[in-house]
Amino acid sequence: MNNPAMVHVTYIETTPEKLWAALTSGAFTKLYWFGRRIESDWKVGSPVRFYDSADDSLTDSGEVLVYDEPKTLAYTFKNEFLEERRDDEPGRVTFTIEPAGPKVVKLQVVHDRIDADQVEGWRNGWGPILANLKTYLETGHTLQIDL
Amino acid sequence: MDLVFKALADAGRRQLLDALRERNGQTLSELCDELSELTRQGVTKHLRLLEEAGLVVTMRRGRHKYHYLNPVPINEIAERWISNYEKDKLRALSALKAALEEES
Repeated sequence: MNNPAMVHVTYIETTPEKLWAALTSGAFTKLYWFGRRIESDWKVGSPVRFYDSADDSLTDSGEVLVYDEPKTLAYTFKNEFLEERRDDEPGRVTFTIEPAGPKVVKLQVVHDRIDADQVEGWRNGWGPILANLKTYLETGHTLQIDL
Repeated sequence: MDLVFKALADAGRRQLLDALRERNGQTLSELCDELSELTRQGVTKHLRLLEEAGLVVTMRRGRHKYHYLNPVPINEIAERWISNYEKDKLRALSALKAALEEES
């Protein structure tokens, strides 16, 4: 892991399989990830793309690094939406899922290879994404959070 | 949640969180250097409490153990007591405060 890195650990009342589906299926991500739909065939080396579900525009793209269902998922991604960030090096995100009780799953999200000037922005991004994900898996609906 | 409040109820522990917010992924020695007014034993004890509360996450790489800030428990407290509408207002207020402080 390279610095600077961001680490988020959250405990969710769900199963590893449900959480895995929520992370890898666009129909789920658009419900908790600021309306972004994730798409990939999830083979290592294949592209990963995020689309804005409002207008179907490509917002981020990267590559599958690890796909070990339902334990470890890693991919790179970079912003395709903002002109000034087209040439940025891609960041990397690694999701690790572990059972933490009969009905509880521990999710660890490590986001590294981040430009130092984008740490603050991502700090504001991961909070709502993970809070929404947890609420969605535990209650079936998401919070209304505006950025 | 009790553990989170207990962990936050100490200036030294809050300072440790500030140090990790500034630079995430530090070793015990690095944190001791940064908080020179605390003993190594004190820092170790504080880190253990922060870890128990889920506010600090550690990862091992080679011989070293690195400490990372985990903001999720604090976010959960915020979600519980601050409505989204108020959160926007608070964000505007803290932006205003930062801007004013920068000016002076």
